[in-house]
Amino acid sequence: MDFTLILEWIIKGFVLTLILLGGFAYLTLYERRALARIQARIGPNRAGPFGILQPIADAVKLIFKEELTPALADKLLFLLAPVLTVVPAVVITAVVPWGKQSFSLFGRDITPYIADINVGVLYIMSIASIAVYGIVLAGWSSNNKYAMMGGLRSTAQMISYELTLGLSFVGAILLAGSMRMLDIVEAQKTMWFVVLQPIGTGIFLIATLAEVNRAPFDMPEAEQELTAGYHTEYSGMKFALLFMAEYTKMIAISAIGATLFFGGYREFWFLSNTVFSIDHTPWLGPVYIFIKIVILLFGMIWVRATYPRIRYDRLMAFGWKLLLPMSLALVFITAVGIILAEQVNKNLIWGIPVLSILVGLFAVGMIDRVLRRKDNARL
Amino acid sequence: MNSMLILFIILSLAAVLSALGLLLSRSAVYAALFLVLNFACVAIFYLLLGAPFIALTQITVYAGAIMVLFLFVIMLLGAEKLPKSQSLPWQRPLAIGLAVVLLFEAGFLLFQRLHLTATLAQPEAQINSVDAIRTLGLTLFNQYLLPFEITSILLLVAMVGAIVLTKQEKGAAG
Repeated sequence: MDFTLILEWIIKGFVLTLILLGGFAYLTLYERRALARIQARIGPNRAGPFGILQPIADAVKLIFKEELTPALADKLLFLLAPVLTVVPAVVITAVVPWGKQSFSLFGRDITPYIADINVGVLYIMSIASIAVYGIVLAGWSSNNKYAMMGGLRSTAQMISYELTLGLSFVGAILLAGSMRMLDIVEAQKTMWFVVLQPIGTGIFLIATLAEVNRAPFDMPEAEQELTAGYHTEYSGMKFALLFMAEYTKMIAISAIGATLFFGGYREFWFLSNTVFSIDHTPWLGPVYIFIKIVILLFGMIWVRATYPRIRYDRLMAFGWKLLLPMSLALVFITAVGIILAEQVNKNLIWGIPVLSILVGLFAVGMIDRVLRRKDNARL
Repeated sequence: MNSMLILFIILSLAAVLSALGLLLSRSAVYAALFLVLNFACVAIFYLLLGAPFIALTQITVYAGAIMVLFLFVIMLLGAEKLPKSQSLPWQRPLAIGLAVVLLFEAGFLLFQRLHLTATLAQPEAQINSVDAIRTLGLTLFNQYLLPFEITSILLLVAMVGAIVLTKQEKGAAG
């Protein structure tokens, strides 16, 4: 283990962190502008052209705000909680590859990813499961009933949807036959996994919305019920850190989704075998994944603008009674489909999307039936 | 003294200190957090041994799922502060006695094994290969299929038991 290798890792980690934090600042602007457009407003457009200086103005405001610590709060954990929330959000993207071919800089071959470990997907799972602590501790240490309720809700919600999230990863892992992110991306060279796993991708997107506490699953911070949930007592930079974690997680989870189901850094399907293919011009990799991330982020914002928050008991019922059995069924269908395609006929791989769409239709039918029941308004 | 040994010593110190913190802390939330730290140290030990799969599983299952549920229950019941006095007077001397016996046993085995270091297998070579997960899966589902299935049945029984215990009977008051 030589010194320059460690230096290379540190520099790459630093650059990635900077990109994520800059991305966070402009994601807030992106969200506010897009939401405003959807709601037929204009949005922030005063600070700089098109409002591009708005995030800087927000940051200055938050830095100069008074930092309050509740008198009976647990001081140490109150300080630690925002940090514990931000760190997993930043480090989770370490395994996402931004390109395939290494480029040389200062006489060294530099790879366009930080860590290429053979259990990349498992790494994402473990970091995602660690991410709960910050929110729970923020809620508990505030010594505030509303914050506490928010923290408890987020624990229950994130644990419930983590299982579904993990099972939706399994579809991509099985199809690629590897847990390495690079192998998963290269396995999508001819066809994105979203084609073979349409329902799996949908489940992944729903579960990630619940994991990052975004609308319509933002129960931990439901204003009408809990004022602001787990960050009720936070102000100034500590609040900014919690806010930053939420948006950084959005970026991270979009990058992961793009890698697992939408071909990662590989070109769009209509560009394959042209000059714009990754194999011809490798430097386009980061550009492609950036475009995919922006599209997925727009999807998240769109969902927030469209759907009302769902009730807490329905949220849990939806996760446990519908998404979890569905994703289990999808794992089964995918495994059987791969075996049949290997042993019998290659075209049988198309049984996976067909059967999973049938499962999805069945699930939608069941929701419809339950909601139509007059005596039972609950799912 | 190579870098791995230095890492190991620092980690061991962290592991022992977090374990002590878990035992001595009077606040249930802090105790739970010390235990999380301890699990993380153990996970890094697995990494040092060249078993990233087990390390990450350790973090996902223990630190990420089980301890979060512990914290959830502690907060839900409001049992953060433990009582100052010991409820069982004979517990402490018995625990100290058993700990001494355990330490003696571990030390005896350690010193006995010191001469046998050459016979210890090198796990890194086998586990650190590219197909480590494949190997693990094949071993688990071929060689240890029966224990695996028995474990899963046990977990299923536990789950059904929990559901039955918490299910409210129709018409029953409360």
